[in-house]
Amino acid sequence: MRLYGTFSGTLVVAGLAIIFTLLAPSIFEFFTIITLTQVIGLSILALSLALVWGFGGILCFGQSAFFGIGAYAYSVAAVNIGGSTGAIFIAILAAAIFAAILGYFVFYGKVSDVYLAVITLTVSLILYSLMRRTSGPEYKIGKALLGGFNGTGSPPLNVPGNGSAMLFPMQTFYVSMAVLITAYVFTGWLVTTKFGRVCVSIRENDVRTELLGYDTRLYKLGLFSISAGIAGLGGVFFCVGVTRVTPDVFSLGQSALAIIWVIVGGRMTLIGPILATFVLYFLTSSLGSQQVFNANLVLGIILVIFVLLVPNGVVPTIAGWFERRRTKRYIRQKERRMKLRKHRATG
Amino acid sequence: MDLFFSLALQILYGIANLALISLGLAIVFGMMRVINLAHGEFLMLGGYTVVVATNNGVNIWFAMLILAPLVVGIIGLIVERCLIQWLYGRMIDTLLATWGLSLLFIGIITSVFGASTSTVISPPLGAVTIGDYTSSGYELFLIFVVIVLLILVYLTLKFTSLGLVARATMQNADMAACLGISTSRIYMVTFSLGAAVSGLAGGLLAPITGVLPNIGVIYIAKAFITVISGGSAILAGTTSASVLLGGVNGIMSYVTGPTFGEVALLFTAIILLRLMPTGITGRFFRKSQ
Repeated sequence: MRLYGTFSGTLVVAGLAIIFTLLAPSIFEFFTIITLTQVIGLSILALSLALVWGFGGILCFGQSAFFGIGAYAYSVAAVNIGGSTGAIFIAILAAAIFAAILGYFVFYGKVSDVYLAVITLTVSLILYSLMRRTSGPEYKIGKALLGGFNGTGSPPLNVPGNGSAMLFPMQTFYVSMAVLITAYVFTGWLVTTKFGRVCVSIRENDVRTELLGYDTRLYKLGLFSISAGIAGLGGVFFCVGVTRVTPDVFSLGQSALAIIWVIVGGRMTLIGPILATFVLYFLTSSLGSQQVFNANLVLGIILVIFVLLVPNGVVPTIAGWFERRRTKRYIRQKERRMKLRKHRATG
Repeated sequence: MDLFFSLALQILYGIANLALISLGLAIVFGMMRVINLAHGEFLMLGGYTVVVATNNGVNIWFAMLILAPLVVGIIGLIVERCLIQWLYGRMIDTLLATWGLSLLFIGIITSVFGASTSTVISPPLGAVTIGDYTSSGYELFLIFVVIVLLILVYLTLKFTSLGLVARATMQNADMAACLGISTSRIYMVTFSLGAAVSGLAGGLLAPITGVLPNIGVIYIAKAFITVISGGSAILAGTTSASVLLGGVNGIMSYVTGPTFGEVALLFTAIILLRLMPTGITGRFFRKSQ
């Protein structure tokens, strides 16, 4: 059965992820489990970028803007509501609506390619400079202080409907893993729908898709907003994992990291960027504690090498090897059968 | 009246500053359609060259005007030969590879010089008084340098054989190659000249901003936005975008404070790109350079 690039493949990966989730507490130390929650948030960000860039062909340099909006919206809403369940949905909606407005501006203006990248980057930098200036008691939304450079505290998750019953770190880990798997299966399903296929054809050839009668602007806007909503969801779990959100989520570095994860993992897949996030996060954090190599130096080398030598990313490259091996085997079998038939014919 | 002069000078300096940090990027983008995200790090390396040279007793003027562009130009040459030349025509890949390069430079400089400023060098010119207000003489000097630099680029493009060949390559690289021009060499020279201009800018700004390994990040966003808003024409694009964005920034900074000045700059750039997706020179002055 062909698994790579199909929905059944997605389900198999999801099954493996569930097994990983159940085994994780017995493999990892408790501290690692706590860290994992923020990495899961980051990997959801990578997933959202893989969706919009890999499948829609929209290079969004400011994906972290939606990530940050999600994190801030969650923190502010959770403090004001006094519970996390509604706040999560508010965060997703806030990010998606912001993206819809921005996307209307961009896609209906026929802005494309590099210009689109610059606009999204600019928006993220505007948010960065604005949020840094919000220190002081006058900047607050409801009961939540925005806190300027230091950011604002993010309340932990709680049992739905009961604001005082906080989840333990282990339970938070299970919930965030469940959300990651759901988001992964959702995006995997989305790209197999008609909507997803039209988006892929826009990536391949915008003009031709438009000539076939699809309103490419609308499809791009839809994909952009959905991916922003997913990025916002990532922001929620990141800030829950860190317990605070600072303006740094909007910084150039955060956007750079997301792009590196997607490049390394493979931009045409969904699982690649998620795995790359986990691997690179733990690689850089262990480098950071060793102080032998500078983390920037290593990330820079990785990015350059991947763009030059492995432009498709790790997962598609490996999948390509298997594909080729299977094709070779298929050809070999066919040849053998042909030979046999010839043998019989000649007697 | 004195206030007006002082304010005008401040805005003019803002414009010059923007033009200075984006000119190197504009040369590379305009000629080669390559967006160099390591541009900020070229500026940073220029700054470090000046600091290291003056600490070793080199005259600061020599370090800023000769040494910084020379060193960074050579670095640009190496970068072009080792990295950029494999990626022509792949705009997004170049963008990502140069981003990796920028992280690499930050990493190297942090490992060598540490994460904080090594030495602060003071601007070599004193203050200038206009009526009741004083203004920095060094800022006046920078405005002067930017004007000279723009004129030099114009003269080079218009009246030298290198400029002619470069313009031919810019218009139609295949046709230029058919006529016997080594386009690969032109790209190489252009890239290292762009890097040299960035190095000069970084060296000149070092006394004002100080040097830090990650100072490039501050420059790159502004330079990137200015160049894209300006469009592909090197001189007209950079000048018009700097005047517009720098002007908005200066006026808004005066009215409301530095943060909103910056936000106004970025916001103007977004509106501009929505109205003119190919930049100012994509819409107007199409025949300019």
